[in-house]
Amino acid sequence: MKINDVILKTVVQFVVFIILTIAIYLFFAGHYTPGGGFVAGLVLASAAILLYITYDTEKVKNGLPIDFKVVAAIGVALAITTGIVPTLFGKPFLDMSSTSVHFPLIGEKEIATVMLFELGVALTVVGVVMTIILSISEGRDD
Amino acid sequence: MITLILKVALVFFALTIVISFYRVVKGPSMPDRIVALDTIGVNLLSMVAIVSIVFETKAYLEVILILGILSFIGTIAFSKFLERGVIIEHKSDR
Repeated sequence: MKINDVILKTVVQFVVFIILTIAIYLFFAGHYTPGGGFVAGLVLASAAILLYITYDTEKVKNGLPIDFKVVAAIGVALAITTGIVPTLFGKPFLDMSSTSVHFPLIGEKEIATVMLFELGVALTVVGVVMTIILSISEGRDD
Repeated sequence: MITLILKVALVFFALTIVISFYRVVKGPSMPDRIVALDTIGVNLLSMVAIVSIVFETKAYLEVILILGILSFIGTIAFSKFLERGVIIEHKSDR
């Protein structure tokens, strides 16, 4: 029996971008307010999971050819690198520095190296969560 | 006055969640339980909004966003499991 789920597929095409926007907002909000790399990674993973639920594994792999194990490895390497680099300058491990930069249109904003560490955490969370869920769902249904 | 109204609304939302939870536990069929879980999600979201009005804070607004996303994905996953028996298909026949 053919199942018609054109409503779900049309809605998801828009909702995925809303979820990705929320993930980016959470990532940059995580300095003084709730949010941060971990939560942003989880929300990114939920967007990917929504795609995997709506379509199937093969279609998403064609449109999004990412090996999530590699993503997790890149994230851990980035986080460790941002931790080790300060030791080369005689600072303690994971020492973070920040500077104030003037952006056009936005104004004075603070840029910190914590952002790179958070990016590593987010990539690690996306990679690990997606690897676990795709491994669980891999069994063929026959 | 407005605080009293908000608190009464909180009580009624909590009552709705209790009734929906009865439907989740007792529900004769599986679709009943899924609709009840979706109702619990929406009511929980409204409760968080009212609590954030009562406390006059913006700190809980992210909770509303993320709870909405998770409730949406959960409902879709349950519905797809009921319809096809599998959540993430390897290759759909369309």
